[in-house]
Amino acid sequence: MGSDLAFWVLAVTAVSGALMVVTMRSLFRAALGMILCFLSIAGLFITLTAEYLGMAQIFVYIGAIAILIIMATMLTRQVEHSNLPSPYKFPAIIGALAFLGVSIWVLLNTQWFLEKLPPIIQDITPVSTSTIGLILFGQEGLILAVEIAALLLVAAIIGAISVAKEK
Amino acid sequence: MAVGLTHYLILASVLFCLGLYGALSRRNAIIILMCVELMLNAANLLLVAFSKGFFDYLLIGQAVVIFSLVVAAAEVSVGLAIVIALYRLRKSIDIKDINILKW
Repeated sequence: MGSDLAFWVLAVTAVSGALMVVTMRSLFRAALGMILCFLSIAGLFITLTAEYLGMAQIFVYIGAIAILIIMATMLTRQVEHSNLPSPYKFPAIIGALAFLGVSIWVLLNTQWFLEKLPPIIQDITPVSTSTIGLILFGQEGLILAVEIAALLLVAAIIGAISVAKEK
Repeated sequence: MAVGLTHYLILASVLFCLGLYGALSRRNAIIILMCVELMLNAANLLLVAFSKGFFDYLLIGQAVVIFSLVVAAAEVSVGLAIVIALYRLRKSIDIKDINILKW
């Protein structure tokens, strides 16, 4: 089935991109791995019939965040061989593996209460962007949260300018 | 075996743990920011998968992901501004050298 194949390909790409981020010595290559991971997560959103979020993911993460991180990489002039491991590498492996084990155990052993529904990939219903718009802006919607998010963005812009300004 | 909700959940936890490992085991501040972004992305994937798996008609999970995107953008802009300011101060972004607040 096509969407199963798409899931496996995108999952392998996402995990290899994440592995590039955590293993590459060069900061620039790590940033490229991060872009790969973000792209495949956008594809995974599309396999979950969240097309609008897939596009938003590409715009925000690849168009804005990844470019910003690459520019910061260039500005700090430590592109090559600056990605040294810390002395806490071994405890970090232990901690991450323990967290992975616990979370997978919990995920597999929880009885999700709609488990009887058909597999989520199979019933492809087109997601309407207007439904998300109604949730965000409609009656009984999340309009207060939208305004708080706008305020947060303004605060982040002003904060970033004032922190990075040359004194 | 058909791909279901569980596959997405396990993939999200694998991505989260990779980000956690990177954030704990690297010394470069920019790499740590990238790993935080990876963890946020894993959480977004989890939200979208649950939104698809549970209440397909409600899409509330997808609406929450939009707020998560906003918070991630704000976080990375302030974080990179702090990194740039620290680099100007210390000529290094190695978190081993960043101990100004240490008493």
